[in-house]
Amino acid sequence: MVVRLDKLGVVTALITGYAVAGAPFATFRANRIVAGEPQTLLAALPSWAGPTLLTIVALAVIIGLFRTPSTLRLAASFAALAALFLLIGTAAEHLTPPGNTYARVSPASGFWLLLFAFALLAADSLTRLRPTPLIRILVLILAGAFIGSVLVSGSWDKLSILKEYSARADNFWAEASKHVTLALGSLAAAVIIGIPLGILCHRVQKLRAAVLNVLNIVQTIPSIALFGIMIAPLGWIAANVPGAAEIGIKGIGMAPAFVALFLYSLLPVVANTVVGLAGVPAQANDAARGVGMTERQRLFRVEFPLAFPVILTGVRIVLVQNIGLATIAALIGGGGFGVFVFQGIGQTAMDLVLLGAVPTVLLAFAAAIILDAAVELSSPAHSRTSA
Amino acid sequence: MKLRFPTILRIGILVLLIVFLVRPEWFEPVFRPLTQNNAPVIYNQGSLLTLTLLHLRTVAIATAGATIVAVALAILVTRSFGVEFLPLSRSLVNIGQTFPPVAVLALAVPAVGFGEKPTLIALFLYGLLPIFENSLTGLTTLPPTVTDAARGVGMTGWQRLLKVELPLAMPIILAGIRLSVTINLATATIGSTVAAKTLGEVIIAGLQSNNLSFVLQGGLIVGVLAVLIYDGLSAIESFISRRMGLLQQS
Repeated sequence: MVVRLDKLGVVTALITGYAVAGAPFATFRANRIVAGEPQTLLAALPSWAGPTLLTIVALAVIIGLFRTPSTLRLAASFAALAALFLLIGTAAEHLTPPGNTYARVSPASGFWLLLFAFALLAADSLTRLRPTPLIRILVLILAGAFIGSVLVSGSWDKLSILKEYSARADNFWAEASKHVTLALGSLAAAVIIGIPLGILCHRVQKLRAAVLNVLNIVQTIPSIALFGIMIAPLGWIAANVPGAAEIGIKGIGMAPAFVALFLYSLLPVVANTVVGLAGVPAQANDAARGVGMTERQRLFRVEFPLAFPVILTGVRIVLVQNIGLATIAALIGGGGFGVFVFQGIGQTAMDLVLLGAVPTVLLAFAAAIILDAAVELSSPAHSRTSA
Repeated sequence: MKLRFPTILRIGILVLLIVFLVRPEWFEPVFRPLTQNNAPVIYNQGSLLTLTLLHLRTVAIATAGATIVAVALAILVTRSFGVEFLPLSRSLVNIGQTFPPVAVLALAVPAVGFGEKPTLIALFLYGLLPIFENSLTGLTTLPPTVTDAARGVGMTGWQRLLKVELPLAMPIILAGIRLSVTINLATATIGSTVAAKTLGEVIIAGLQSNNLSFVLQGGLIVGVLAVLIYDGLSAIESFISRRMGLLQQS
């Protein structure tokens, strides 16, 4: 019998092989900004941990290499990921000389490659298992709880990114709340304005092309320019409209960032509302008219529910995009995780960049999973099959 | 071809853009009201024309690379050899799109240093996704009658790919390239936060010195470029689909 190898397993094995044998697992630096000394996996970990990690990784690679059931592959890749997450903290502990507060230990390319390889394997087995939306959210919650408990347990405290965090813990949460406020607030505003505007565009043919063209052009303006351009009109409003300055409208800061994000958010919301309403089958509308529904009843009971999944897809696009774009707000004093990214770039302190970038990526990723699940739950195909 | 109003408008805007890039000082009175305290009105830390050309070059290199890789990958996962990667590649594309550009850019710096390289990496990754997605749609939604016919006349796999599948998928692939160029034209400006020479430099200089005129100049050039290139590529696309439509009718 010919043993057939799994192609993705081969890819995982090759990446893992290189990551273990040819790339450093962690980097040690005597202080925050000097060049680092790369450490191999066995050198970076205490004598019990290195072989343990190698064994877990090797087992996961072997399970991935052969055509094994998807659940087993998923379990193996999750085990490998969990071991990596736990032991990178151990490596930091091991490499930092006792009592030394200047030394920095950060994950190096070998760690990131291993993470990538097993995330790939996990993503593949998850895709093959076709989990229902609720299971996907459950997996997300469990992964979040795992990372949260590792953070709380303090086993990552010696890692450089957490040293950057502990130096500015208060700031971090202030910027985090600004980031979320910007992303969610501008989304809420875009939904409140954009959906009625989309309904109007659907009803009034002439308006549609004009509105969508203008919104399309707004999208072509680079984000940093739009953020900058907003400074002028808001500065003018703050100076000339009574009461505006009191409620926090200023030329720089969160207000122009909020307006810029709102303008970017409008196109996906309006366009998806128009597409969703246009996709409502004519028979449904005819039937609604036939049973004597008023225009308003038809809109709220027939058209809107049928268009809802498409509109929600627009909301998903906007939310993920806004979480990413809100990092730019830092350039005009609007706060958010971008503050750490740009400070880090300015000081060439990559740990600080990570402190801003990693939460942003995780936030965007979680938002995408949750809203994808919501879109799937709300779409008629799903409710028909599950009913 | 008859010249219609929108076409004339576009040619007018293009001429205006070129004049602005070559002789920006002629436009000083237009931007004057935006500056205060006698600040310089027209960007003076480099030539706008050079920056525009560098900006376009960065986008062109990244998009060309992204097109080659994305189309090759889409072809690979739609052949029988790579078909087991198809579901995974779909989820990877979905996951990839959630990475914010600033984060990608910032994370690329430790690996390749400051300057054009991290920008090229970020733009390459962002360009990859729309093209891959569209190529996949184009190659997987071909009418089965056509592929059956191609098989029936005895075409080999390569012949089917080159003479039937790719030409039929071409309009959708081009739409993906157009989308990716438009996104990248705007995203490239962020590259200037890691010292890449793009039009973002003009905008950032404006933000730092509180000079709205600079911000507007940089933003307008990129916006106009994006609109013109988007329309130009749309025209090429509809020309190709029209030609194929005629072929199908005859």
